[in-house]
Amino acid sequence: MTEVFVKVGFLALAALNGAIIFTIMDVKGASWMQRRPGPLHVGLRGFIFPLAEILKFVQKEDIIPTEVDRPVFKWAPAYVMVSCVALFAVVPMSPTLVVADLELGVFFALAISSLGTIGVLTAGWSSANKYSLMGGLRAAGQLIAYELPLILAVVGVVIQAETMSLVGIVEKQIEWGVPFVVGGQIVGFLIFMVAATAEMMRVPFDMPIGESELTMGFMTEYSGIRFLIFYISEYMNMFILCAIASTLFLGGYHVPLLPTEWVNFYGPVVLLTKTAILGFILVAVRWSQPRFREDQLQNLAWKILIPASLINILVTAIMKVGF
Amino acid sequence: MEIYEVVTYFTLLLLLFSAARVVTTSNVIHAAISLVFTLALTATLFLLLSTQFVALVLVLVYIGAVIVLFLFGVMITRAPLGKNAELDNDKNKLIGATISGAIFLLFSYILINGFDGEIVITSGSSTELLGEILLSRFVFPFEIVSFVLLAALIGGITLARKDEALVDEDQI
Repeated sequence: MTEVFVKVGFLALAALNGAIIFTIMDVKGASWMQRRPGPLHVGLRGFIFPLAEILKFVQKEDIIPTEVDRPVFKWAPAYVMVSCVALFAVVPMSPTLVVADLELGVFFALAISSLGTIGVLTAGWSSANKYSLMGGLRAAGQLIAYELPLILAVVGVVIQAETMSLVGIVEKQIEWGVPFVVGGQIVGFLIFMVAATAEMMRVPFDMPIGESELTMGFMTEYSGIRFLIFYISEYMNMFILCAIASTLFLGGYHVPLLPTEWVNFYGPVVLLTKTAILGFILVAVRWSQPRFREDQLQNLAWKILIPASLINILVTAIMKVGF
Repeated sequence: MEIYEVVTYFTLLLLLFSAARVVTTSNVIHAAISLVFTLALTATLFLLLSTQFVALVLVLVYIGAVIVLFLFGVMITRAPLGKNAELDNDKNKLIGATISGAIFLLFSYILINGFDGEIVITSGSSTELLGEILLSRFVFPFEIVSFVLLAALIGGITLARKDEALVDEDQI
């Protein structure tokens, strides 16, 4: 029983800290790329900023408008949060530092990540607000469309690794000597990252929130702690999807040339470094790219990413059987 | 009683409550959310029976795709807030009760008769066994099911799209 509590505590701690680190990275990226001096200088060179942000949201009043569907409105942020935290359970920081090394780890991650959609949809509907409903619909359309390339991109890795366990996939990459991104899954990796960015609803895929047209999308009516949960979940999702991408494609907790006997010591550092590099790329994209239009977004998913990922599966399967 | 049994019976009780709520509530979205809980609890039961694959399929396909599309469909058409009078349909209650009772009896008969009340315990990975059986002994039914799904997909597209829409596709 103690073990379960330790694991759950580790999970919440790791996911929350990851989210906070990524928040710092995002605002610092913004101030660096767009000349917004605030987060670079205020309070310990800007590192204290997320703490101030959290305190601000916690002390704000949690306003619930009278017309909303109260139980649904209140619980919607919880679905998003749960799906994000549970996702981290299968990510291995080292061969032993993993909450649950499931035999079907990849499958679990993909199944759980689809739960967040329900939270977003019910948040949009229960707010009794046109902007919220539009945001919820856009979010659902986007999440449904991009879940397919995300899953299909991972299938290539699973074929190559012959296992669905995330530890198994990393071990396979150590055995190969090079990460899968070099060993034939470069297309899969690109598709995965594009689809993952869309799943996080970050720029350039942030139509569900779209400040200039929908106020704040499905989050419009939320304030205080419930808004904070949505806000933190976004960064948590970003952190965890980057960690999964590094595990699946970039060799996880191991880099070539480092001795495998010491993997338990340097594993977490290596994984977090890879995650942070991927996160930095997402931050750079966010602060330099404009937003897509809704139909462009749907076309990208259905007409480019899905056919490309199917071809990727075909080529991987042929290479696997033929060579 | 062991903790495993306590968890199982508690899950079954919750499952019964949430399933009852799906059919008694008079709000479409509340029914859908109760259905999410029903399916999640069913997945928990499968996990307790250590059939990971079935549990995850339930989550991925039913919660992640079917219910999401259901909610999406409701919201994109009318998105009613509050109670929906059409859902309190007293006329068909008898038919509904008869059909669900019949299905319950049929399933109970098959399950009790098929296993003779025995509890079958298999060791090893159930997922691997499932994959092997599906692609060897049941490969034809498996392929036929995928063919039926493809036909349903094409049928859906044909019904939903008119010919004009195909012509004007590039003029959005």
